[in-house]
Amino acid sequence: MILQSLKMAWKSITSNKMRSFLTMLGIIIGVVSLVVLVSLANGATSSVTDSINSLGTNLLTVSISDDKDNPLKLSELNDFIDNDDLSEIAPVAQSSVTASSTYSEESVTVYGTTGAYADIQGLEPGTGRFLKSTDVENHTNVIVINNTVATEVMGRSNVVGENIKLNGTSFEIIGVLAAEDDSEDAASVYEAYIPYTSLIRLTDSVSTEITTFCVSAASEDSMDQAENTLTSLMLTRFGDDEDAFTIINQSSVMEAMESVTNTLALLLGGIAAISLLVGGIGIMNIMLVSVTERTREIGIRKAIGAGRATIMLQFLIEALLVSLLGCMIGIGFSWMIIQIVNIVGDVSYAMSLSVVWLSMGFSMLIGVMFGLYPANKAAKKKPIDALRYTG
Amino acid sequence: MIKFDDVSKIYTIGDAEVRALDHASMHIRQGEFVSIIGPSGSGKSTLMNIIGCLDMADEGQYYLDGQPIEEYTETELAHIRNKKIGFIFQSFNLIGNMTAEENVELPLIYQRIPKHERRMLVKEALERVQLAGRMHHRPNEMSGGQQQRVAIARAIASKPSLFLADEPTGNLDSATGKEIMELFHELHSQGNTIVLITHDELVAKQAVRSIRIFDGHVEEVRKS
Repeated sequence: MILQSLKMAWKSITSNKMRSFLTMLGIIIGVVSLVVLVSLANGATSSVTDSINSLGTNLLTVSISDDKDNPLKLSELNDFIDNDDLSEIAPVAQSSVTASSTYSEESVTVYGTTGAYADIQGLEPGTGRFLKSTDVENHTNVIVINNTVATEVMGRSNVVGENIKLNGTSFEIIGVLAAEDDSEDAASVYEAYIPYTSLIRLTDSVSTEITTFCVSAASEDSMDQAENTLTSLMLTRFGDDEDAFTIINQSSVMEAMESVTNTLALLLGGIAAISLLVGGIGIMNIMLVSVTERTREIGIRKAIGAGRATIMLQFLIEALLVSLLGCMIGIGFSWMIIQIVNIVGDVSYAMSLSVVWLSMGFSMLIGVMFGLYPANKAAKKKPIDALRYTG
Repeated sequence: MIKFDDVSKIYTIGDAEVRALDHASMHIRQGEFVSIIGPSGSGKSTLMNIIGCLDMADEGQYYLDGQPIEEYTETELAHIRNKKIGFIFQSFNLIGNMTAEENVELPLIYQRIPKHERRMLVKEALERVQLAGRMHHRPNEMSGGQQQRVAIARAIASKPSLFLADEPTGNLDSATGKEIMELFHELHSQGNTIVLITHDELVAKQAVRSIRIFDGHVEEVRKS
């Protein structure tokens, strides 16, 4: 019986192709927006978490807002890592300066730090070396630049040993960071690293008082413990004032980020689900028209022996088939759109399988929900009234 | 086979009460070829609807094969229509987007007869109305006479105990009408019960017995 109803439903869908397609369009658009938006949100989430991960998940950043007239000095820093929970420490100050060479000039973000920074942040020089403690102690004018600065300011990557001017002061390039291969966005970031002490001399905005530094925990698993140790050390240093400093835990940043992107995915999914719902109303609308149009057919079927349940099943299956077909076409389109996004945007988003199942289930639900009323209306028709109907 | 016992059907139009059937009693036996004749508005359509279990009597009792119809539910009535009654309508009432074969097959699908058996019955029925060659044509590709023969084949296929024809020749020219009537004679000669409703005296005369209905009364039961 179900097979027969399926056949009949298929017949009635194909006998009015344009109308069936327009009816499906609502579902198609709904499914496409649901699948594409959620897939893109998921893809964006994982690329964001990846880039946060690449910053180092065992990273703690401390910024001091109130130094109690007893500012932190560079020489004091190593006292903080004199325990098992913390492994490395580096001061960070940053300033935007103009870097120039005979080739070109650009505005570059310059970080003043120490050699430990490379280990904490996972920076690796492609050529040359990173900063050393002697560079910091001697205030040498040496610089490590990233690949973008090398190619854009110097004109090529292989520039170790040459000089670059920062706000007119000459710095010797001792290292060039390896080019980041994963994304194009990173290519437009101009970054360079010089000894902390040299940055103090280069700009007025940075002083010997350290306001920001970063610490790496001994392991990623003991982040909370490391944070606690660091907090108690800082409290001792700054007279038990919790408001004097802030510690940012990289893993809690990650958690916050994940909850933000999850909310985003949920929000986008919700909006898409609404459009799917609207598509369902479209199905109901057309089904109601179809029931009225086919009143006579219903009458004939009833006269020759179709019961209420049979008529009901026929129209319900028709609604279900329309919504499922729309869903499948929608999934097909979504797949195409994601492929196009991947090619155009040079990313690799994958269609989220769970959202495919979700949209299938949702479409079926909508088919039943919005098919039920028209189907019931058809089933309730009295055979004599239906036979007499001249539409 | 068919027994009407004081059957009345009342329609209310506005405040007025119209008795489409007024205490009608009659009896049709198994294997009879009976025509029911009456002018339009006489209540013959109401009579046909009640005989065909498409409608219920408001008063009195209608027995089909000795069973009082009032006792059945809607689904059971659908079942009875499906198994016992073969309808033939004035306007053929074929389903437009189905081929002749599919139209004839439809009541058999509702009977849940397996596919190979359905095929056989459909072929047999269409051969009996000499339309085996037009199996895959849709109603709009056929003449009125052919469409009516498909409708008759549809009635034949489910092997009903009663053929109920409502003005079967009403939409056809006289030559085609004659062919259709011959088919009814043939069905009758094979032992089928046929009730033919018409306003045409000439058609009515061809039946073995005529029942005349006027203003809701079954007036005259005469042998012809």
